[in-house]
Amino acid sequence: MEQLLQDVDAVIDQWGAKPESLLQIMLDVNHKFNYLPKESLLRISERLRMPINQIYSVANFFKVFSLTPRGRTMVQVCTGTACHVKGAPKLIDRVRQDLGLEPGQTTEDLALTLETVNCVGACASAPVVVVNGETHSEITPNKMASLIKEIKAKSA
Amino acid sequence: MKRLTSIQDLDALRQQILEKRKHIRKRIRVCNGTGCHSQGSQKLVDAFEKVLSEKGLTREYMVVPTGCNGFCAAGPIVVIEPEEVFYQKVKADRVLEIVERSVLGGEVIEDLLYVDPTTGNRIVHEYEIPFFAKQQRIVFKDTGSNFTRDIEDYISRGGYSALAKALSSMTPEQVIEEVKISGLRGRGGGGFPTGVKWESCRRAHGDIKYVMCNADEGDPGAYMDRSLLEGNPHQVLEGMIIGGYAIGAREGYIYVRFEYPMAVENAIWAIQQAKEYGLLGENILGTDFSLDIHVNRGAGAFICGESTALMASLEGKIGEPRGKHIHTVEKGLWNRPSNLNNVETWANVPLIINNGGAWYASIGTERSKGTKIFSLVGKINNTGLVEVAMGTPLRTIIEDIGGGIPGGRKFKAVQTGGPSGGCVPERLIDLPVDFERLKEAGSMMGSGGMIVMDEATCMVDVARYFLNFLVEESCGKCIPCRVGVKRMHELVVDMCEGRGTPEHLTKLEELCHAIEETALCGLGKSAPNPVLSTLRYFRDEYEAHVYDKKCSAKICKPLIQYIIDMDKCTGCGACRRRCPENAIIGVNKECHVIDEELCVRCGICIETCKFKAIYIE
Ligand SMILES: Cc1cc2nc3c(=O)[nH]c(=O)nc-3n(C[C@H](O)[C@H](O)[C@H](O)COP(=O)(O)O)c2cc1C
Ligand code: SF4
Ligand code: SF4
Ligand code: FES
Ligand code: FES
Repeated sequence: MEQLLQDVDAVIDQWGAKPESLLQIMLDVNHKFNYLPKESLLRISERLRMPINQIYSVANFFKVFSLTPRGRTMVQVCTGTACHVKGAPKLIDRVRQDLGLEPGQTTEDLALTLETVNCVGACASAPVVVVNGETHSEITPNKMASLIKEIKAKSA
Repeated sequence: MKRLTSIQDLDALRQQILEKRKHIRKRIRVCNGTGCHSQGSQKLVDAFEKVLSEKGLTREYMVVPTGCNGFCAAGPIVVIEPEEVFYQKVKADRVLEIVERSVLGGEVIEDLLYVDPTTGNRIVHEYEIPFFAKQQRIVFKDTGSNFTRDIEDYISRGGYSALAKALSSMTPEQVIEEVKISGLRGRGGGGFPTGVKWESCRRAHGDIKYVMCNADEGDPGAYMDRSLLEGNPHQVLEGMIIGGYAIGAREGYIYVRFEYPMAVENAIWAIQQAKEYGLLGENILGTDFSLDIHVNRGAGAFICGESTALMASLEGKIGEPRGKHIHTVEKGLWNRPSNLNNVETWANVPLIINNGGAWYASIGTERSKGTKIFSLVGKINNTGLVEVAMGTPLRTIIEDIGGGIPGGRKFKAVQTGGPSGGCVPERLIDLPVDFERLKEAGSMMGSGGMIVMDEATCMVDVARYFLNFLVEESCGKCIPCRVGVKRMHELVVDMCEGRGTPEHLTKLEELCHAIEETALCGLGKSAPNPVLSTLRYFRDEYEAHVYDKKCSAKICKPLIQYIIDMDKCTGCGACRRRCPENAIIGVNKECHVIDEELCVRCGICIETCKFKAIYIE
């Protein structure tokens, strides 16, 4: 807990404790812990002198923020228009079948979180899937299956 | 580097850079834009650097990681200058060979060249490739050849000379006048005249004013703003500094979605460099003008691209828009006058100042001046970023530049303007593309996404797709959008799933008009567009879904069935083993069949079958 608060403080110091830093601080904390721990939100509220409900409403407004812990591997299937017409829905079906996950859910062992994103700007290589920040292009349902297998093998 | 303290300093520096580069014999351009990057172009950059340094050639030969070249379909791309030999789909294991044979030996490596699909000929030089030949690249000219992380590369190309010109020989009013003459209209979607916006902001009351850059790029399928900011951040920055001078701003913000990490990094880095060189910060180029610019990441909500929502989110609030009866140029960020423009809009500004507004106005159509960058994606051969003069016919973009539709399929429609736009059907292929004509056709310019669709695209499904997007992205502040768009989505889902009745169609149209009139912001007001435009041109498809329960494009799952062709099936069992639902029954070497009850229509069997024995009905 001490450590967590120190980390949060470091992020706040980097951006400055002012309202316009809120989103930047939350993005960094969310990235660092892969979700927004409750204590971090309280700390941000205290130091930025912003009401906690405002912080929670921002946390709920943006899909990128999670209030519960997420998987070690983040799998993001792009569902932007280019990816959609090139078959993204089939990729999500595939994960649904292989892992029993809906977008937004995490496997029980916290190995993997499935998310959808609206266009990551690599539309020319559609459909694309981003795994822990790395973009994989021209994915087919079968390629998706091997990706998942790889991830599972790594986290086992 | 010492700070530049006068206009003369900048010229002197440019000369120095050119002098310093005299001994460079060849440049090896490696595209490191998002498309090529996702195909491993960083490995290419590393490999080239390694080979050159091992051979002790780094003085005379230079590796240049660039932004998006535009022709993403051919990526990863390597171009050797000065000859402009164009290599496509390059893998790292070819690097040594390229250096030895092509860079040092002057040979052309045949199998890495681009093959023209119509003639079958191999093309050696970049400028000869049809994809580039019909474009008019002015804004996007240097993005694919500029060293993304080197301010000196930008300066050597004449970068920041527009800023120097504005500061040394033009009053702010003159700058605004020039932009007005150019006829530049905002590239963020609405097409509002940029000069007029600047003028209102200059005239607005307040000591502190802001210049802002909208790099939220929420339109799915569009990535030109990303590529510009990644590939040529100084060009965008120079535009903003000139704008800041014109309206009298002292502070600025670039708002970039966090999903674009490379754009964020390059923007931050460009700002630092510009500050070191005295092109940003206090007393720019030794004048009285000072401006500071910050980069803020957005958290990836489509609504945050809307101007009032963007500013609210910058203030640490949720990204909800407000009514626009008070303009943001008067009361924007922190209630101060704020001038927000799109990335591409800003990137146009240095060109206008350098070449004059009249030059700019000579390009394009009567009411839409200049060029526009489109992101040409979807079912098209040459996916990539394309810059053409406003008014260029759709046919030129899709057939000549885009190289037509893959797989011998037929072109059906192109979706423009993202979730606020609509579909332009095949029969309008000769439409000249500009703000007005797209609107007349029931679509929109938007940020410039062009998603090409072939016969295998269901237009009802496309409408369902956009409605789903808008339901997820609606901020929920007003009822017409929060409830109405959701209801529209339900109606269209019913149609796609075989539950549609004629009443669904009537209700859908009624809702479209009601929401258009009553929603609070642009998201809700334009939400009916994808539906209205598909209803206008593809009503028969809606009717087939409703009356006949048929999806002619074979996309809507409940209306289709997977079938194995008895004549073609060899009984190899590949599909049976891969089917995740165990829906395929059969024994080896005998024809297989699909159990319709178990099949979830995932398409894996089709992808797996080597004999093309599985089809959809
Ligand atoms: C829902 C919605 C989303 C928008 N998203 C963007 C965007 O991602 N990028 C952008 O430049 N403009 C976007 N706009 C338009 C902006 O509100 C604004 O008009 C524009 O940034 C002004 O710049 P311009 O005059 O250079 O076009 C959006 C508008 C709406 C209603
Ligand atoms: S129209 Fe939609 S996005 Fe706009 S304010 Fe209303 S609910 Fe929010
Ligand atoms: S579509 Fe999918 S579920 Fe249906 S038979 Fe083919 S592989 Fe099996
Ligand atoms: S639509 Fe998927 S990357 Fe753009
Ligand atoms: S990213 Fe390389 S050509 Fe577009």
